[in-house]
Amino acid sequence: MDIAKELLEGSRLALSRAITAIENEYPEANDIMKELYPHTGHAYVLGITGPPGAGKSTLTDKIARAYRKAGKTVGIIAVDPTSPFTGGAILGDRIRMNELTLDEGVFIRSMGTRGSLGGLSHKTADAVKAMDAFGKDIIIVETVGVGQSEVDIVKAADTTMVILIPGMGDDIQAIKAGILEIGDLFVINKSDLDGADKLVREINMMLDLDAGSMMQARTATEEAIANQFHHLNVTKHEEAAPGYWRPPVHKVVAMQNEGIEELIGLAKKHHAFIEENGELHRRRTRRARDEMLDILNARINAHIKGHIVDNGRLDGYVKSFQNHETDPYTVVADLLKEMLK
Amino acid sequence: MEKKIRVLVAKPGLDGHDRGAKVVARALRDAGFEVIYTGLRQTPEQIAEAALQEDVNVVALSILSGAHPHLFPKVVDLVREKGMKDVLIIGGGVIPETDIPALKKAGVSEVFTPGTPTSAVVDFIKANVKA
Amino acid sequence: MSNEKIQAELEKYEASVEKAIARFPERPHLPEKRLYTPIDIKDTDYADEISFPGVYPYTRGVQPTMYRGRFWTMRMYAGFSTAEESNKRYRMLIENGATGLSCAFDLPTQIGYDSTDPIAEGEVGKVGVAIDSLADMETLFDQINLGKVSTSMTINAPASVLLAMYIAVAEKQGVPATELRGTIQNDILKEYAARGTYIFPPRPSMRLITNIFEYCSKNVPKWNTISISGYHIREAGSTAAQEIAFTIADGIAYCNAAIEAGLHIDDFAGRLSFFWNAHNNVLEEVAKFRASRRIWAKVMKERFHAEKPKSMMLRFHTQTAGSMLTAQQPNNNIVRVALQTAAAVMGGTQSLHTNSRDEALALPTQESVTIALRTQQIVAYESGLADVIDPLAGSYYVEAMTNAIEKEAWDYIKKIDEMGGAVAAIEKGYIQKEIQDSAYKWQMDVESGARTIVGVNKFQAEHEEPPKDLLKVDASVGEKQKAKVEAMKAKRDNAAVEAALKDLKAACEDEKENLMPHILAAVKTYATLGEICNVMRSVFGEYEAHVSL
Repeated sequence: MDIAKELLEGSRLALSRAITAIENEYPEANDIMKELYPHTGHAYVLGITGPPGAGKSTLTDKIARAYRKAGKTVGIIAVDPTSPFTGGAILGDRIRMNELTLDEGVFIRSMGTRGSLGGLSHKTADAVKAMDAFGKDIIIVETVGVGQSEVDIVKAADTTMVILIPGMGDDIQAIKAGILEIGDLFVINKSDLDGADKLVREINMMLDLDAGSMMQARTATEEAIANQFHHLNVTKHEEAAPGYWRPPVHKVVAMQNEGIEELIGLAKKHHAFIEENGELHRRRTRRARDEMLDILNARINAHIKGHIVDNGRLDGYVKSFQNHETDPYTVVADLLKEMLK
Repeated sequence: MEKKIRVLVAKPGLDGHDRGAKVVARALRDAGFEVIYTGLRQTPEQIAEAALQEDVNVVALSILSGAHPHLFPKVVDLVREKGMKDVLIIGGGVIPETDIPALKKAGVSEVFTPGTPTSAVVDFIKANVKA
Repeated sequence: MSNEKIQAELEKYEASVEKAIARFPERPHLPEKRLYTPIDIKDTDYADEISFPGVYPYTRGVQPTMYRGRFWTMRMYAGFSTAEESNKRYRMLIENGATGLSCAFDLPTQIGYDSTDPIAEGEVGKVGVAIDSLADMETLFDQINLGKVSTSMTINAPASVLLAMYIAVAEKQGVPATELRGTIQNDILKEYAARGTYIFPPRPSMRLITNIFEYCSKNVPKWNTISISGYHIREAGSTAAQEIAFTIADGIAYCNAAIEAGLHIDDFAGRLSFFWNAHNNVLEEVAKFRASRRIWAKVMKERFHAEKPKSMMLRFHTQTAGSMLTAQQPNNNIVRVALQTAAAVMGGTQSLHTNSRDEALALPTQESVTIALRTQQIVAYESGLADVIDPLAGSYYVEAMTNAIEKEAWDYIKKIDEMGGAVAAIEKGYIQKEIQDSAYKWQMDVESGARTIVGVNKFQAEHEEPPKDLLKVDASVGEKQKAKVEAMKAKRDNAAVEAALKDLKAACEDEKENLMPHILAAVKTYATLGEICNVMRSVFGEYEAHVSL
């Protein structure tokens, strides 16, 4: 089957097979991506991350439904951790999206983090491109936000939502440093639980501290009002400091579908904002650069692996270092000459 | 290249007894497979479509209600209709011996009855999967 | 002998067997000690913790006379195919000496779908009888006097509807609701946690349950309004202590909901009943039954300040463990069921269903069901196990185990309290996860051989002939039932149905309204179960399961 061609013609099976090729690093994946690349760049990519139990899959389900209602097609990539002990994984996000399964405008794919942490963000980025080329308007990448690799994954998004719930105690302290950087929107899920308002205040405070110098123009009164009406807050900052997006903190109850439409409104606002101030362009440029370097690095690594690791040459070198017959610097210089010929 | 066997574990029909399905799902994970569990009350259409989107190598079905003569073949037909010719389809649950030949004829590769160790399921998949 | 002396003798004994014991391979899953003595129960006060049957904390049984008065109710769970077929089976059971009926419904009925619904395809009449409307219920109890028989119905999410149908059939027979005896399972929390036949989310489900409590306390006073079930939690793989802990936590949640709805504890608590599993380990099970009575009595007295003794009594139905039946060498199951029956009887059950030998393969045949019923009769009349009340009381081991299970269960109950109660713990997936972990451990132990199951991982038969005469549910039952529904719909007064459903919808939207009278009015118009449940779905929404593996 000509996967790329059939994918571009709208075959869901071809899309599915393309993602498998990407995920398993099949040799044909490169050729597929080559053919798909010209057809990418149309989708809007939404990243959703947060700690386990925050309700990411449920939120993803509701957001996808809201986009469907608005007539958009949706692709979803749900990433779950692979067990480091067995190499297996239970990919359970789909279970909360069962109602979307038979909607032809939605395509859901679960992925395990597998062993290769570095390669994962690259693979998800390619899976996003495959869905993009397939014609999905919105692509949601959902992942557990605990490690650096997951953060890398959502960095591939145009808009990143960080989802938190009340009652996580000190956990939030531990993760705040990482999440503050990546969140364009902060979503407080299960906001009908005790402690939701406290969490909103805490995040707002942290964001304000973070914003520091941007806030100098604000008077104390404005601050009080802004804290109360964080939606206004957004507009205010846009006015006060063009080019600076103050991430809003938004409450939802995903299970009950409460606050979802508003959340999508905020995502849209963020989209428009970064489009207008050039940030979207900058992000995509940066991403293209990173991607290019990633691919190059991956290829070079693979090349090195084939050239000296798999065939046992490396072991021979190591032995000769230990016997003081030669040294790594000399060998590397020679190898580079040999490989870059 | 990092190839993994991917298995969709699904409960077609209405029965809520998922002890077996969940135990099998865990055992498959511990055998190094990627397991997509779809939960209760899935229609054959939902299962086939999920199998397609996830590009699984195996679909493992569990039914304890006696609805297997109707539902298992339906899943097989829908999966094949979607062009997934190589997907291994297996079943388990409270299934009388006498029903098994008809299920196999309908395209279910193997049927596991109560008391089967999970290792038998793992071994069967490893021996028969086309990946 | 003083405790000090016993302790000294015990140490001597331990030293003397140390060497001999070391020669034998270690077997996991055995009790911590090989020998129990008075030391193990030295802190157990007879008056406070054990006491007399019919006396708080009811460790020895809820009635003063127990089986010296009358035996437990031998109640066989049955139902399959159409109402006509099941009616025949019920009448056969009554003729054979069964003293209560227990109705099994098919899955579409249990989840509130009509047999005509596409989702019901392949399931109609399979695990129980298909009931679509009052017409089917009339057939199901044809020639059975509802004033004489006590009927247990395994129905949960749509319990209100089936109970309303039962009341309506009785009315047609001329039996007033005040005379009706029986039980509806009506336990939605364990459906979320273990059994899976839920419809609505927790909040409206809890409302339906408290509506039933309230309605029955006034109109159907002899009816057991709920059977808070650990059976399915155990079937899903829990341990004995988890079974009673999670179930009692559910019971606490129902009491809290009813009290919040304005009921007084003593007005409904006496009609609460429980449903336990009788598993393979006889002595552990006896201890579990005894511990459960003691915990519930304490919960009712100390937490809810119940005053009526009846409110503090944990009355329970038992079913032997279906998950312990093996498909291999199915006749061995007769022996398993006999031992499980012994445990239930020595544990003081109020009623008992015994499983049939062939249920790991299919629905039971008439012959298998008869053997299962005879098993109960043999235990009752021949074994001597029912001759004295709570015969294992005072056994050092059984008392120590009763204490140990009680403690483990309390630890769980406290943990669930801290999470905000059973509903919150289920929504977090905590209870489900605990059950799954136990189930997985059990399976791995069987596979590694750490746990022996005769005929499965040891003592297997080389060539096993598959049993031939299994019960086959007529494949055409679905079509037959569909035709019946269509014919019934053509005959009924559809305007009356519409009006009743509209009225029900309005009642659903008004949280203060008790839904029972509205449901009763609707079933009397021959509105179908699916129509009624769909009205409720449109207002209440549907539950989305929490699954974490």
